[in-house]
Amino acid sequence: MSAAITLDHITKTYNKGATMAVDDISFAVEKGELFGLIGPDGAGKTTIFRLLTTLLLPDKGTGTVVGNDIVKDYHKIRGIVGYMPGRFSLYQDLTVEENLKFFATVFGTTIEENYDQIKDIYGMLEPFKNRRAGKLSGGMKQKLALCCALIHKPEVLFLDEPTTGVDVVSRKEFWEMLKRLKAQGITIMVSTSYMDEATLCDRIALMIEGKILSMDTPANVIKAYPEKLYAIKSSNMHGLLKDVRANEDILTCYAAGEYIHLSLKHEGKESEAQLLNFLQERGDTDLIFKETIPTVEDCFIRLLGNKDGNKEGNRN
Amino acid sequence: MGTKKETVIRTKELTKKFGDFIAVDKISFEVHKGEIFGFLGANGAGKTTAMRMLCGLSRPTSGEAEVAGIDVYHNPEDIKKNIGYMSQKFSLYEDLTVLENIKFYAGIYGLTDKQIKDKSEELITKLDLQSQANTLVSLLPLGWRQKLAFSVAIVHQPKIVFLDEPTGGVDPSTRKQFWDMIYDASERGITIFVTTHYLDEAEYCDRICIMVDGKIKALDTPYQLKQNFKVDNITEVFYQLARTAKRGDD
Repeated sequence: MSAAITLDHITKTYNKGATMAVDDISFAVEKGELFGLIGPDGAGKTTIFRLLTTLLLPDKGTGTVVGNDIVKDYHKIRGIVGYMPGRFSLYQDLTVEENLKFFATVFGTTIEENYDQIKDIYGMLEPFKNRRAGKLSGGMKQKLALCCALIHKPEVLFLDEPTTGVDVVSRKEFWEMLKRLKAQGITIMVSTSYMDEATLCDRIALMIEGKILSMDTPANVIKAYPEKLYAIKSSNMHGLLKDVRANEDILTCYAAGEYIHLSLKHEGKESEAQLLNFLQERGDTDLIFKETIPTVEDCFIRLLGNKDGNKEGNRN
Repeated sequence: MGTKKETVIRTKELTKKFGDFIAVDKISFEVHKGEIFGFLGANGAGKTTAMRMLCGLSRPTSGEAEVAGIDVYHNPEDIKKNIGYMSQKFSLYEDLTVLENIKFYAGIYGLTDKQIKDKSEELITKLDLQSQANTLVSLLPLGWRQKLAFSVAIVHQPKIVFLDEPTGGVDPSTRKQFWDMIYDASERGITIFVTTHYLDEAEYCDRICIMVDGKIKALDTPYQLKQNFKVDNITEVFYQLARTAKRGDD
C-alpha cells in the first residue's frame, strides 16, 4: 500500500460536541496524487487539513500521513509536510526573502539547498525580494506562501483554499503551478469552493456539513449523474426559469451560466416535446433545448438535492 | 424593460489617484433603474476603489459621478441613505441574533418602529428562518447568512444595492437561490451593482463591465460581448481582456 494520507472514521466536533465539523470520514490519498476537497464554507475542509497537519486532535478515529500516526507521530509529520493555510500566515513585516529564509531555517535547510524546488515560482517573486510581505498583492502573497510551504521539500503538500478570492486568470496560473509540482512526485491535497477547479484534480471528495457526498475521479463523479441533464435557453432567461419551474414534469432546474439546466421526471422524446410545447404556449421564444453533459457543479447540486429530500429545485 | 430608462448611476471620466498611482482611470458609464449590472475585473483592476467612490466612501480625484441623483462630491452622506451594501467579508453582526440584526439595520436606515416590526416578520417568514429568529448569526450556515445579509441590505427599499462578491464560498445550490433573490429585487425596481469571481454569474447580469488597469475595457450585454469577442463564454472574454493587464494585483 502506498497511501500518502489515510483517514479512518475520523470525527471532530467543536464547542464540546455541539458543532459537528467532520463526521466519521474515511478515505485514503495515494502517493503522488492530486486530491481535491470540494465544498462550500463549513463543509469541514479546513478541519481535515488541521487534523492531518497535527494542529488539532480528532475526537474519534485515526489517521496517517506517509505512514505516521497523526496523534503519536506529530513531530515527524510536521517535518515532512508543507501547509498553506487559508488565511495568509506569513510574517507581514518581514521581506519576501526574509520570510523564505525564516521558514528554511526552521526546517533546518537553506534557500540555496532547495532552490530547485521553488525556482519556478520564486522566479516570479525575486524582483520583489526586498519588499515586505504585507505590501505584496494577493497573487504574490499566494506565491510566497506556496514557496514557504515548499522550501523544505515536503512529501505532502496541504493547500487550504489557495484560490479563494483570486480572479480567474491567477487561479489558472496557480493550478498550472500545482500540475508542475505534481509532476515532481509531491502528493497534494487541495481544497476549493470553486467547482470548476475540481476537474483539475486526479480525484475529488465532494463535501458538505462534515460529510463526503461522493468521492471518485471527476470523470466518474460526472458519469454517476443519475438522470439526463438538459440545457435550455431563450430570449428572456428569467421568465424562462419561472416557466420551467411551473412545469409539473420538472425534477430539478436552475440557472447555469448562459443556460438553464434541468432534468425531467419522465425522460424521453414525448416529455421533451411536452415541455417545449408548454414553454411555447407561455410565450417563451427563441428556445434552444439540448441534452448536456453535467459539470461537477451539477453533480454537487444533485447530491445536495438527495440529501435535502430534493426540495431545492422545486422550491419556488 | 420598456423604453423610458431612468438612469440611477452616471459617471463621467471618474478618476481616483493615490499619489502617482491611478487606481481608477477616467471611467464613464450609466446604469439604469432595475438593471443587474455586473462589475468585473481581475484583483487590483480598480473595482473596489470605484465602488467606494460610488457609495460615497471615497472622494474622487476628478471626474463626475451621480448616484441615485446625488452628486458624490457634495452629498456623500445622502448617497448612503439611498443605497444598500453587502460584501462577502462583512455583512452582519455575528454576535447579534437574526432578529437583532434586522432590527439594527432597519433602525439605522431610519424605518419607524411599526415598519421595523412588520419588516422583521416579513423577512423571517420569507427566508424561512422562523425557528432561527433568536439564533446568533455566527451559528447560521454561510449561505443563510448571505441571504439574510442581502435582505437586510435592501430592508429600506434603496434605489441601488451594491454587492461585493456576495456569493464567495457559498454552496452552489444556495448561490442559485441567492440569484433568485437578486432577480426579485431587480423586478421590484432595485438596481443591482454586483462584483463576482464566479463568471457563470456574469451571464445572469443584464449588462457587464470589465475593468483592466483602472479602465473600462468592455461594457455590454453578456450576449453582445461574446459576439464581439467571437467566443462562447464570458470566461474567455475575461481571459482575453485580463491578459492585457500590465499592473500587478494590489
